Amino acid sequence: MSKYVGTSMKRREDSRFLQGRGSYVANLKLPNMAYLAIKRSPYAHAVIKGIKTDKARNLPGVLGVFTGEDTADVGMLPSGWNVPGIKVPANRVLQTDKVRHVGDRVAMVVAENPYIAQDALDLIEVDYEPLPAVVDAKKAAEDGAPQLHDSVPNNISYTWALGNKEECDKAFAEADKVVELDLVNQRLIATAIEPRAAVAQWDPAKEEMTLWTTSQNPNLTRVVLSAFLIGIPEHKLRLISPDVGGGFGSKIPTYPEEALVPWAARKVGRPVKWVASRSEAAMSDTQGRDHVTHCKLALKSDGTITGLYVATYANNGAYISLVASLIPTAFYITLLSGLYKIPGIYGDVWGTLTNTVWVDAYRGAGRPEAAYVVERLVDVAARELNMDPVEIRRKNFIPAGEFPYQTPVALQYDSGNYAGVMDKAMEVSNYAELRAAQAEARKEGKLVGIGVASCIEASGPVPSKVAGALGGVTGFWESGGLRVHATGKVTALTGAHTHGQGHETTFAQIVADELGISVDDVDIVHGDTAVITNGMGTYGSRSTSVGGSALVRSAEKVRAKMMKIAAHQLEAPLDELVYDKEQGKVHVKGVPSKAKAFSELAFAAYTAHNLPEGLEPGLEEDTYYDPANFTYPNSVHIAQVEIDPDTGQVTVQKYIAVDDVGKVINPMIVEGQVSGGVAQGVGQALLEHGVYDDNGQLITMGLSEYALPRAHHFPPMVTGRTETPSPHNPLGVKGVGEMGTIAATPTIVNAVMDALAPLGIRHLDMPLTPEKIWRAMQAAK
Amino acid sequence: MAQVSITVNDKAYEREVEPRMLLAHFLREELGLTGTNVGCDTSQCGSCTVLMDGVAVKSCTVLAVQADGSSVTTIEGLASDGKLHPVQNAFWEKHGLQCGFCTPGMIITVVDLLNNNPHPTDEQIRHGLEGNVCRCTGYENIVRAVKYAADTMAQEA
Repeated sequence: MSKYVGTSMKRREDSRFLQGRGSYVANLKLPNMAYLAIKRSPYAHAVIKGIKTDKARNLPGVLGVFTGEDTADVGMLPSGWNVPGIKVPANRVLQTDKVRHVGDRVAMVVAENPYIAQDALDLIEVDYEPLPAVVDAKKAAEDGAPQLHDSVPNNISYTWALGNKEECDKAFAEADKVVELDLVNQRLIATAIEPRAAVAQWDPAKEEMTLWTTSQNPNLTRVVLSAFLIGIPEHKLRLISPDVGGGFGSKIPTYPEEALVPWAARKVGRPVKWVASRSEAAMSDTQGRDHVTHCKLALKSDGTITGLYVATYANNGAYISLVASLIPTAFYITLLSGLYKIPGIYGDVWGTLTNTVWVDAYRGAGRPEAAYVVERLVDVAARELNMDPVEIRRKNFIPAGEFPYQTPVALQYDSGNYAGVMDKAMEVSNYAELRAAQAEARKEGKLVGIGVASCIEASGPVPSKVAGALGGVTGFWESGGLRVHATGKVTALTGAHTHGQGHETTFAQIVADELGISVDDVDIVHGDTAVITNGMGTYGSRSTSVGGSALVRSAEKVRAKMMKIAAHQLEAPLDELVYDKEQGKVHVKGVPSKAKAFSELAFAAYTAHNLPEGLEPGLEEDTYYDPANFTYPNSVHIAQVEIDPDTGQVTVQKYIAVDDVGKVINPMIVEGQVSGGVAQGVGQALLEHGVYDDNGQLITMGLSEYALPRAHHFPPMVTGRTETPSPHNPLGVKGVGEMGTIAATPTIVNAVMDALAPLGIRHLDMPLTPEKIWRAMQAAK
Repeated sequence: MAQVSITVNDKAYEREVEPRMLLAHFLREELGLTGTNVGCDTSQCGSCTVLMDGVAVKSCTVLAVQADGSSVTTIEGLASDGKLHPVQNAFWEKHGLQCGFCTPGMIITVVDLLNNNPHPTDEQIRHGLEGNVCRCTGYENIVRAVKYAADTMAQEA
């Protein structure tokens, strides 16, 4: 029995946030600090013919104006995931030859205050020769398209394919029914509410640089900065990512500003700060999704799925960002089996470059795109075969008895009871009643729709060896260290990073239970490379399954050493002792009174007066936990929507989320993750779209144009859960951060299409705005 | 430069400021009250919401000179005698925050909302939160927190 794991403990980190005491990077103010601003391109594609900086330099309060010539000693921004044959174009921190997207970097100013820095930007004169632009993932690869980089012919950076082609071709050749769809998974802008920021301080005496930065993975960013960009040795470079205000993938990559700010701090000999404005974030943070896809599904007439084929053009933007090529390949095609037994699956991907902001991970990263393809195809198939969308899904679910299940697209699913999740969703949603009410509403001429989606995620990537074989430059382990102090208090170090996920609570629950001590005696430390020597950070719903498991392993090592000390002091053989995790003590089996408490053993480890022969003093343990496999959370979500026939406005009336995320550490936090994830998925389905015009101008430069979901867009959410533990990690947990987003998008689109089905409308691309729906309704009349 | 007198969290301040200085920057840079976050610069996200003479305003679109002579309450001024305001407590109880960045503005907005309407319906709550964006929670737990706060404040009144 665990004391803390499984309980909805209130979050320990909240006290500071609730009182305005969060330590976000933008809050930092160092003595003598200067401010940096970046001159960005207003053109999507142009030759830089010259840059005049004199006027800016002469503005009082300006400390320096720098161009790409000045920063030539900074290395190229690297790709951290290289699929075979990838062409990675040169990407300087400040461009010297061409700009390739609105927001591309041409110069920077350092000044006494941020207002002067902005004024100076306006005085920099850049002579541009505009070039034609291309923004569409597929058009970029066509003959005659504007070419972004000489080193990347036809703008195709990489191609990738996976699956059992023969089986797939056979399925289509023998199919009773083939469903085909053209789908656009639109460009999204992650929009963490905290804009990116960086502060750097150079210590010339020690030749050490400290960089505070809004990163989801400060250790990884340190490696990249040191090895590829600014040349400061890793042991002389300290990164601190304190409280970070949301990431959703956009704070994974190593950004040019993370090299420019420390470069400038060294150059001007003062601490330097840069904080992105919202419009700057829109044109410089990595963006998400942006697939143009043709896909088809082969079925028997009874609804049995036999084959699935996908051809996707994935837009990477103007350059290859840190893990860009992973997302539409090994995080996308591999997920196309969904929750279903599909004998033949094959996918082709073209990764193209366009005159848009670069694309990288955004909540789900490839897996939502896969779920969208599968769940739209299955839904259209159900309609065209006159089946209920629940029935067709049940018919094709991988049975609970067939795990581990090997898909035709490389993954081996760990565990699951998909029919059980569907049963729970039917129960929680009162599905039969929803359908009956819909039939009544339709009689009254109302456009009511019910959407179902059943989705999988591969979370907690991935054995490092597998990552290496697929193109990963780094490993995917996580570090977890325990420092047991002499007084019995514990500092837990994790290489994962919390920026809303609540690790300071859940990880403390785990450690306290593993050691049998009070959660108040455990502190979770993260986000400072001076303390966390190595770590991989937080993304891909990996923190608890990989980072939490590392802490479990370290706790095992702590217990083992305590047992040795106890055996010595109690004068009992090791195999006659037991570590009591309830009480936090070691005692002789069957004799609870013959015991040594956790705090006594901790003290003994440091006094070292009476330790077993040969045992070192101290009680600190470290673990690098390499995941045995992904974990596979899964879900069934159901939504009811109504469409206003006069305006096309969609109202979400009901939302039911049933998820199986394995064992749950903190139900309150898990529910919060699902709810937040669903909101982002609904946002994609109905509202959000990063829009570029044909000249490559980014239209959605701020929150007045980019429609984020707000409170009034949602009904109260109903959640449910089943728990099928993952056998792949000691905690039995699966990822939860991205499941809601993955499931919500197809759920809502399926619901809207269900509402529009009586009008004969088969498919509309997202976002399903009132205008788009209204136009489709008019055309259908 | 312009002279301003602004009372913030019951403490009077006199400062010389540039006429273009925003109230948000005045609070953060001049007074070091960094609890008020800036998320969008265009009064869309609501992270920078503070009370000015008892009314919620977005401090990224108020100039410091416009606040001259007024009394401002920020997130730092909400707790009293070491006791959290019922709205702060409600956000904690109902897990109404994740990354915490929008939270100060969200809490101030809710204080204003409950001042005007101590017993809001779900719909009124969701409508009342329209000017504040939270990217993490999906709002569900924020709505629950507002209801919880309304209940506690009614009991305490």
